[in-house]
Amino acid sequence: MAYELAAAGEYASIPALLARNARDIGDKPAYREKEFGIWQSWTWADTAEEIRALALGMLALGIERGDHVAIIGRNRPAHYWAMVAAQMCGAVPVPLYQDAVAEEMVYTLDHCHARFVVCGDQEQVDKVLEVQEQVAHIEHVIYFDKRGMRKYNHAHLNWYHDIQEEGRAAHTRLESELDARIAELDYDSTCVMLYTSGTTGKPKGVVLSNRNIVESAINSAEFDSLHRDDDILAYLPMAWVGDFIFSLGQAYWVGFCTNCPESPDTMMNDLREIGPTYYFAPPRVFETQLTNVMIRMEDAGRFKKRMFDYFMAHAKNVGPAILDGKPVSAIDKLKYKLGEFFIYGPLKNTLGFSRVRIGYTAGEAIGPEIFEFYRSLGINLKQLYGQTEATVFITVHPDGQVRADTVGVPAPGVELRIADNGEIFYRSPGTFVEYYNNPESTADTKDSEGWVATGDAGFIEENSGHLRIIDRAKDVGKMSDGRLFAPKYVENKLKFYPDILEAVVFGSGRDMCTAFINIDLTAIGNWAERNNIAYASYQELAGHPQVYGAIQAHVEEVNKSVAADEMLSGCQIHRFLILHKELDADDGEMTRTRKVRRIVVADKFSDLIGALYDGSTQQYTETEVTYEDGRKGKITATLEIRDAAVMAAQKVAAE
Amino acid sequence: MNQMNAESYVTADGRTIGGVVMEMKNITLRFGGVTAIEDISFDIREGEIRAIIGPNGAGKSSMLNVISGFYVPQEGEVWFHGAPRPKMRPYKVAKQGIARTFQNIALFEGMSVLDNVMTGRLTHMKSGMLSQAMWWGKAQREEFENRAQVEKVIDFLEIQAIRKTPVGRLPYGLKKRVELARALAAEPKLLLLDEPMAGMNVEEKEDMSRFILDVNDEFGTTICLIEHDMGVVMDLSDRVVVMDYGKKIGDGTPNDVRNNQAVIDAYLGVSHD
Repeated sequence: MAYELAAAGEYASIPALLARNARDIGDKPAYREKEFGIWQSWTWADTAEEIRALALGMLALGIERGDHVAIIGRNRPAHYWAMVAAQMCGAVPVPLYQDAVAEEMVYTLDHCHARFVVCGDQEQVDKVLEVQEQVAHIEHVIYFDKRGMRKYNHAHLNWYHDIQEEGRAAHTRLESELDARIAELDYDSTCVMLYTSGTTGKPKGVVLSNRNIVESAINSAEFDSLHRDDDILAYLPMAWVGDFIFSLGQAYWVGFCTNCPESPDTMMNDLREIGPTYYFAPPRVFETQLTNVMIRMEDAGRFKKRMFDYFMAHAKNVGPAILDGKPVSAIDKLKYKLGEFFIYGPLKNTLGFSRVRIGYTAGEAIGPEIFEFYRSLGINLKQLYGQTEATVFITVHPDGQVRADTVGVPAPGVELRIADNGEIFYRSPGTFVEYYNNPESTADTKDSEGWVATGDAGFIEENSGHLRIIDRAKDVGKMSDGRLFAPKYVENKLKFYPDILEAVVFGSGRDMCTAFINIDLTAIGNWAERNNIAYASYQELAGHPQVYGAIQAHVEEVNKSVAADEMLSGCQIHRFLILHKELDADDGEMTRTRKVRRIVVADKFSDLIGALYDGSTQQYTETEVTYEDGRKGKITATLEIRDAAVMAAQKVAAE
Repeated sequence: MNQMNAESYVTADGRTIGGVVMEMKNITLRFGGVTAIEDISFDIREGEIRAIIGPNGAGKSSMLNVISGFYVPQEGEVWFHGAPRPKMRPYKVAKQGIARTFQNIALFEGMSVLDNVMTGRLTHMKSGMLSQAMWWGKAQREEFENRAQVEKVIDFLEIQAIRKTPVGRLPYGLKKRVELARALAAEPKLLLLDEPMAGMNVEEKEDMSRFILDVNDEFGTTICLIEHDMGVVMDLSDRVVVMDYGKKIGDGTPNDVRNNQAVIDAYLGVSHD
């Protein structure tokens, strides 16, 4: 166990933890990355040397205390090292989303006054050079991948390895300065600044101190008894707080190994090869994997299919109980063991989950069927509820008390409070310091006693103490007749169908609810193939009458289940349409973490919303789309609008 | 045009174009009574991207086959590195550092991408059949070295995700990329591309253009390509040879060629009488 190594507070920064790991477990692997088809690895001692060389090189470039260093790239050891190297120099690392287009970067780069930018490759360098006129204070760009960079003017461009070489060469001159700067780091100095994805308005720079990161890492590592032999796969955006806490906070505190995939496309293969023991994924990833499994099973031979169905049904019955250590009859246990041998084991291996000891999902609600599927296989999948401002952890599922409909109990060290309007407040050691250069927003979010408003509405279940989330507090509204309107609640129910990728429900201030639906191309496309339905484009498939029929059936089923809840029965969907394009972050309709921007969508498709409420059965629309390279185009479509059957509120029947 | 006759010069985007590496001297190729190529001469300089364009049936692919040694012209000589190249088998030509891709993809459909690309290394393997069968000693060492080279190419062309996928299961655009990978694995000095972008969509064409430019830029490989998409040709190449009915009707920079009346006629379809 790693915790015996130190009492809290003894190691007050990531560089201090790095020094400890290099000293105590120097020959254990700290990073692995697949390159040229082989997993390359670096021990903690190697890592310390690499980071130190880079930090010395940065000093030679003239980095000052308090400078902001933007890091843009995919998950690679070198990019993590750049963050720690910046910390060593007393600077603040600011990881940014690598798939953001140049104009989106202008705001963040300008807001944090980045003097240095570390770029993964030519693509990112190009973006930075493109915005350099608007963001004049960028002095040096450091890039890692040399490919295509030869012809650039290198006056302010530096190859990562050159900087390291410079650092190594200058070590006698700069070492004392670097050591002094490392020694200055304490619990109150800034560890990292992360931009919130900004579901509303401009992104805000959340400043997290070493105290936030280190204490959150200590608490959460203890909660799940993480140990040095754990492995994680770092594949989620580096700009996201979760990746920072897992791949840097916990990894450095506990001393486990961070594995980086070869490329984003090979993620699933790499996952299988590494077989992480500690795994995090947003619900969407679990959903996609399950959809893929189901699609492949549809194509499997009859014998295999029957065996799969038989054992999966058994797993559904007893799997979660076995996982939670509840009593199960000996026969059932034996059958489960057989299933493990024939189905669950190989399936978990294919998915890359053979070794998963702790799996987390968060960010969005996960469908109960999806959640139960993984748990029935014996994968300890849990939910957590958190946000950047809390350094991730607000509530988590303890082992043995895992339920799909709650987000768990307060994480260690976290206090919870529910305001009168249902909004959730918390206070914890992870509570952020401030929003950078934005005292008004800081004051709006965090009060003088340190309580932070989450913006989510929810309640704590009385007997279990588990937190349940209803919706975003500001999205919970009233319909014109005063009934409660909770769009997310209905959208999540819709999204649990594999056919539906995304749904947006409208109805605040109106007399009825309506919805936009995005179909899931993988699931519907496969279905179309099996039913001999020809289609040429996403748009054509989305508008197909049979697809409309299938979606209508889903909507009506959801209406039935919504009607069962007395408080929310007003949220049944009366009319809906299937959108002709997928909602996309490039078009501003979603955040980079794939959350729908309700206001943008409502604004952009106002003609369609009008049609949903004026009773028309079809509507012509034109939509501007942005391609990945930034060019714009236009798509036009005539969309069908359908009525869905609604249930009468069950209140009468109950009386 | 002056600079073209100099030994070497630097292009506007900073690449150095060297001296002549290959020269076609009065090539004539006949198939029975059909004259596919008639008295054509042109040269290829070191480090340049040289395009051959022309309408269907102009003799472009035949020309490429002459360069690769697959066809032997009835008249004329192919000069390579300042000396006439004797008649030789295509594999000998490959050993001289010339690699190619084909218009109608010629990969081993049942083999994985990795194995296909490995075949590009055959000219670099020297171990005997017995030691290869035993996978011992030199054969083993060679495989490690060759695999490392192949992995570099896979990384370069960003096809890591399909490394183990059988080629038969890949879409057309990716197969084209695998073919390029196999040619690159041979570490050629001169790369011949026969319609690398035929049948691709805009995005695939952009990717392929980027790879061709990167190959030329990173490895300094001389590239000779046949292409139909005029936009691509004009953007990529340093010099263009235009063929029509087996004859050369134009030769020069993209701009020269674009303004050449004979070329315009050939493409707009002026009657040949």
